[in-house]
Amino acid sequence: MLKAIIMFVSAVLSMSFTGPDADEILNKVDQNMSSKNRIFESEMIIHGRRSSRTITSISYSVGNKQSFTEYLSPAREQGTKMLKLSNQLWIYSPSTDRIIQISGHMLRQSVMGSDLSYEDMMDDRKLTEIYSAKVAGNEVINERNTYILELIAKVDDASYYSQKIWVDTERFVPLKQEMYARSGQLLKRITLSDVKQVQGRWFPMSMIFKDVLKDGSGTEFRITSAKFDQVIPDYIFSKAALKQ
Amino acid sequence: MIKFLVKGILRDKSRSLLPVIVVATGVFLTVFMSGFLKGIFNDVTEVNAKFTTGHVKILTKAYAENKDQMPNDLALMDVKKLLNQLKADYPDMEWVERIHTGGLLDVPDSSGETRGQGQAIGTAIDILSPGTNEVERMNIKKSIVKGSLPVREGEALISDDFAERFGVSIGEKVTLFGSTMNGSMMFKNFVVCGTLRFGNSILDRGAIFMDIQDAQLALDMEDGASEVLGYFKDGVYDDMKAKQLQDSFNKKYGVEGDEFSPVMFRLVEQEGLGDYIKLADSAEAIMAFIFVIAMSLVLWNTGLLGGLRRYSEFGVRLALGEEKKHIYKTTIYEAILIGIIGSVFGTGLGLGAAFYMQAYGLDISSITSNIGMMLPSVYKAEVTPVLFYIGFFPGVLATVLGSALAGFAIYKRKTSQLFHELEV
Repeated sequence: MLKAIIMFVSAVLSMSFTGPDADEILNKVDQNMSSKNRIFESEMIIHGRRSSRTITSISYSVGNKQSFTEYLSPAREQGTKMLKLSNQLWIYSPSTDRIIQISGHMLRQSVMGSDLSYEDMMDDRKLTEIYSAKVAGNEVINERNTYILELIAKVDDASYYSQKIWVDTERFVPLKQEMYARSGQLLKRITLSDVKQVQGRWFPMSMIFKDVLKDGSGTEFRITSAKFDQVIPDYIFSKAALKQ
Repeated sequence: MIKFLVKGILRDKSRSLLPVIVVATGVFLTVFMSGFLKGIFNDVTEVNAKFTTGHVKILTKAYAENKDQMPNDLALMDVKKLLNQLKADYPDMEWVERIHTGGLLDVPDSSGETRGQGQAIGTAIDILSPGTNEVERMNIKKSIVKGSLPVREGEALISDDFAERFGVSIGEKVTLFGSTMNGSMMFKNFVVCGTLRFGNSILDRGAIFMDIQDAQLALDMEDGASEVLGYFKDGVYDDMKAKQLQDSFNKKYGVEGDEFSPVMFRLVEQEGLGDYIKLADSAEAIMAFIFVIAMSLVLWNTGLLGGLRRYSEFGVRLALGEEKKHIYKTTIYEAILIGIIGSVFGTGLGLGAAFYMQAYGLDISSITSNIGMMLPSVYKAEVTPVLFYIGFFPGVLATVLGSALAGFAIYKRKTSQLFHELEV
């Protein structure tokens, strides 16, 4: 009897959700968030237990395979550059004039003491390539209606086994993301806001990353300039560009 | 009566030799093992104090809560001022600052790109200041396999295993990559001036030792340190003194609600060393107890054999009118004398062996190279005043117990059958 009631309630609940299916939603999210290439100027505000720091950078990305970031300020970080080609990452330090390759578990370490790991910065793949999705319900976030999607990794090399994302029902931009380990442990939470229309797409210009396993009040990531589908010279994505 | 019993013991060797040998052996083992165990426990504690805990350690409250992560963003600041105050307030102590950091040690190829890299545990101590005791305290000179100590800024010692694995030669540059105190990326080039082997698998896998000023510069920790360690100038940890020091320091420097205020910990409050020291303190009692039980069993048996051999003697003494109680008492007095004689010999031998092991020790470096614990490579005994008397307790008690148990046979003799038994 109880089983029958549960099945009935589940059926009613699933019928109550009307709208696009999960794959369609995720596809629309990818259309907004991914592009052929992009140039971002951003500032990252890292809140430590003693003080806060703001780091500015410019980054160039082509698809999800090539990415180049140069840190512009403060003076301590100025000239530090990061190059990602496929799944390899190199960092150039002007103070030592060294190019160091980062690999293995070091990719899970924090970047500049922030709540982002190197892996977070490197994994720009489309969500549809990594996860299978299902709609888990609706919720209102900051007066915006959202679909709640539950994502489970369908590839072995996903940074996070599962995610829960809250997608704006009109703009198809995530407003909140939670990343989980295979054990179900919540690892990170991202709150996205300041959604603007840039070159015909909706894009969140402000994000707050929170590594829930770490003390502190999270890392703010603000995009001060976003340009999509630009002409980016190939030499930028070479190790030679790191030392220039 | 004692004079009479002593004469009996000395003249009748078959009555005393075996029990004296048994007692002397047991007492020898008790004294020697107590001294050796005490020495081992002290060596292990001392090595941990030198490398990790100090006799007392000062950290910020926040650092102490997460110390396994080496969180230098929570490290002590204004360390010079703190050290000056400590030197003025507690002149009986020697105070040193240290920095611990983790990261990657990267070996470049000719074009400056990564040739090899491995995880590194960085330890920064005062190497370059004139009159520093840190190099000697951490036994660094003796641990150097190749090269020499850093003599100028920018030089570092790395683990010999790491150097072998990546083919790093003396004079070559390596880069330590990690995070500064503020979370920025830290890159610091070091010239390898020597390689080290401590006989400890964790340190030998990827240790890098550098001067504290180099670390402060690289980690943006000017006038900062992960910890300040305090050592009693006589080199001996005294928990009573440490407790007084701790109470005084925490009262003076601790600030309620400030997670960055310094807090002092005693050696016994760190790394489980408190339980370890309690175990060391009870080791002597444990040793004595074990030998009392074991020797009592042996001496009981010896007493029974002696009782059989002296069956006729006791019979004659009973027939002559000596009371059973008196005979029993004299065997106990005899046992006490035998116990004392055996204990004197055993204590002498045990002390001799303990003095020898205190001077030379037992080198176990060849079997500890793969052990992760911080262990000394040479174990030495420690001769303490307790060793001079501890053997008398099991020595005398065991002989008395053995004789007391065997002597009960005296009470089973029936006077009416004595003449028949003695075939008179």
